[in-house]
Amino acid sequence: MLKSAEMASQKRLIALAGQPNCGKSTVFNAITGASQHVANYPGVTVEKLSGSYSINGTRIEIVDLPGTYSLTSFSPEEKVSRDFILHDKPETIINVADAASIKRSLYLTFQLLEMETPVILDLNMMDVAVKNGMTIDCNGLEQALGTPVIPTAIKRGEGKQDLIKAIEDSLASGIHSNFKVDYGPMEPSIQAIAAEITAAAGSFSYPLRWLAIKLMEGDLEVEKRLSQTLPDSGRILALAEAERNRFRQNHDESPEKHIAYARYREADRLNRLFVHQKPRTGKSLTDRIDRFVCHKFLGPVILALIVYALYNLSIVQGYKITNYTWPLLARLRDFTEWIMPDPGFITEPMIRALALWFVDSVNALLNYVPIFFILFSLIAILEDSGYMPRMAFILDRLLARFGLHGQSTLPMVLGGVYVGGCAVPAIMSTKGIPDEKARFATMMIIPMLNCLAKIPLYILIINIYFADHKSLLMVFIATITLMLALPVAKILTLTVLKNKPSEPFIMELPTYHLPTISGVLKRALDRIWMFLKKIVTIVAAVAVVLFALLQFPGLTDERKTWYDTQAEIALATFHQKMVKTAFGGALTTPDAAMELILFADRYKGARMGSDKAAMEKINTRFKSENPAFYAITTGKGGPEAKTAKRTLKQLSQTRKKLLRGIKLEKIQNSFLGKFGRTLEPVTQWAGFNWRVNIALLSSFAAKESTVATLGVLYQQEAGTENQSLEKRMEQGEKGFTQLHALALLLMMALFPPCVATMITLKIQSGSVKMMLISFGYQSLLGFLVASSVFTISSLLGLTGLQAMFGFWFLALLLAITVGSINPKNNITTLKELS
Amino acid sequence: MTSLSRTTPGGSVSIEKVTATGKLGQRLMDLGLYPGLRVSVIRNSPLEDPMEIEINGYFLSLRHEEAAYVKVS
Repeated sequence: MLKSAEMASQKRLIALAGQPNCGKSTVFNAITGASQHVANYPGVTVEKLSGSYSINGTRIEIVDLPGTYSLTSFSPEEKVSRDFILHDKPETIINVADAASIKRSLYLTFQLLEMETPVILDLNMMDVAVKNGMTIDCNGLEQALGTPVIPTAIKRGEGKQDLIKAIEDSLASGIHSNFKVDYGPMEPSIQAIAAEITAAAGSFSYPLRWLAIKLMEGDLEVEKRLSQTLPDSGRILALAEAERNRFRQNHDESPEKHIAYARYREADRLNRLFVHQKPRTGKSLTDRIDRFVCHKFLGPVILALIVYALYNLSIVQGYKITNYTWPLLARLRDFTEWIMPDPGFITEPMIRALALWFVDSVNALLNYVPIFFILFSLIAILEDSGYMPRMAFILDRLLARFGLHGQSTLPMVLGGVYVGGCAVPAIMSTKGIPDEKARFATMMIIPMLNCLAKIPLYILIINIYFADHKSLLMVFIATITLMLALPVAKILTLTVLKNKPSEPFIMELPTYHLPTISGVLKRALDRIWMFLKKIVTIVAAVAVVLFALLQFPGLTDERKTWYDTQAEIALATFHQKMVKTAFGGALTTPDAAMELILFADRYKGARMGSDKAAMEKINTRFKSENPAFYAITTGKGGPEAKTAKRTLKQLSQTRKKLLRGIKLEKIQNSFLGKFGRTLEPVTQWAGFNWRVNIALLSSFAAKESTVATLGVLYQQEAGTENQSLEKRMEQGEKGFTQLHALALLLMMALFPPCVATMITLKIQSGSVKMMLISFGYQSLLGFLVASSVFTISSLLGLTGLQAMFGFWFLALLLAITVGSINPKNNITTLKELS
Repeated sequence: MTSLSRTTPGGSVSIEKVTATGKLGQRLMDLGLYPGLRVSVIRNSPLEDPMEIEINGYFLSLRHEEAAYVKVS
């Protein structure tokens, strides 16, 4: 009894291993359903995906190991997979294999079997293999390997139960196969090393034969581990070294290659025994598609069309959807306003101000969710269909010239290669780039591209100062960022990133698959959830800090008294006038005036967007709540009410003016405002005054803030109510020329990433240093470009457009020059051992 | 004997030896290039580099500088 209870509470650990593109994640999803958990393996940025399911009261936890072709120590993915099997000791490994390329899959299977853990070979995508004319003798293969072989087509729901049954059986028996790859002439060496280890250690926690094979392969990681754990390891390592040398001399082949080839020969032998392939008729569908997709002329055209569609559907159409979702977010703000304490006549409770600021900051990001949903879905389609590696295939040569990688294409598209992207998902998507050097370089230049949030400022400035050349300026911005980002990538790979390891480019171009709706949705929703969790929380925290920087130290006592006096005068005037009307009785105290203002605000808010029938209801509700306030607010109920309404309007206008004044003075006085002024002597070289400085500083929270801050800084003048910000800024900055505007545009284009991006950069690179470098070089570059363009063009007396063209050609020249620098090729580093 | 990087698309060759070591050597082995294997050279990228090959029914893309380390006949 006790035993079965113990069993029930016990957790059994199993692992899922397989090569890339074998349908491993489909198998994982099918088995675990919704219960999944993402974490990182300790110390590396490799993602650790785990999930669980219950069977007969036993909880089974599955860890999805990263997709790898092999289990050497050359990549972090392979290292974590291997370490997980050795140290966490899963009781069974499900080895998912693409049935259609069984020969290559067995290469990994053999390595798993050598680790002496029970293995279940899941021949997945069997339907595709059958369609390709393959017949696989699973029973025969099972006999030969001594391990269960389960054919499945998990995507179509076939074989899932068999697989679950096989797991159950394997957990019950706990037996591992004794299958051995015959390494032929190397066998004596392997046995000699194994004997030496046994002699030295008695028993060792790693599988003996596996250890010996790894030492023959010259696996540095295993050598290190051995010398750390065994005091007597010197003799073993010396023997292995001698055996390796002897083998190399006698067989004219490196031991590690001999081992790999022996595995392939064995795979070939099994393949000939148990797999029958009908002769192929004609070309495969994938090859026929690639004839167009990778065609010399059509390929780039198709690529451009796909990128354009990606933009249009997500950024342009998605932006339209935000028109419908924004009211929902606005309601969230209204709700916050409602639960917070009411504002006073010219005072706002701190908690209220903070709460609203907080909601506004988070809303600014939540507003992107529809765009991201479309974007992530489309990317999932591109990923699942197999197009992504083709994109890399087509563009690799161009990008490689700048130290990037073919697979940098997607992150750059997401980041806004043309106009409108977002650095956060873009940096997250760099994960797919295998080459670490290129991955870091891509991450570092993405913030220089044109994210969606930079656009409002572009539009504002272009509308004021370049109204006649709008599209020309947009093309300028889109191209100039790319022409500067590419050389920067190259320079970074030659300097800061010089010592990051390069990877070979070689990759598989997988067969095309039709993506499934559920697969695409799941991936899109997963990513959105990740974005919300990681980013919104952090942005919220930063918003609070920025709030403090903009709020404190606040107004001086003298100014506070002045505003209080103004408020008192306004209220007194209001009373004097109101007493003369029939409503005087309801409005004798200052509190009553404030209640009236709030009443009127609420009334206005309730009516917004309501139809006629709803309007009637609202009117009745407000009328019954307070008939006198209702009459004043609407002005309905005779000439007295009309006069009262006018008086109320005057009062609330005065109040708004005072509130704006307070806000402006607060910002000027704030820590951030003072900092903006302190920077003025430096930023004048770029033509920026303190107002522009403050706006740029406020963009760290989110780039959208720039325009909002400018909106506060360029106040409505009395008598010019409801003028657009364009007009206000134009009047507020009479000294501004097109050169000032150009410098500001360039600064914004190259300016440091927002906080959300910096945090993502830190998470993806796993390094605070990279985050700081990214911040530092962009601040410097942005300012240098802006100030040199401004100062030099001013000295030369150029117009804005002349300066723009001049700079554009200089940047083009720079890109071409840097692109043609060909450093001693990294192929030499590829030859060195890791 | 020549190297894979010098072959022209449309042809079919047999691998003699893989001379790359280290990471590149490992990657080539892992992706299934071993002596004796038939390789079909499919096409070059629109910008001429990288190239695409077919082995054992699947497609690989590799740069010419990498293919130079695969000797074929």
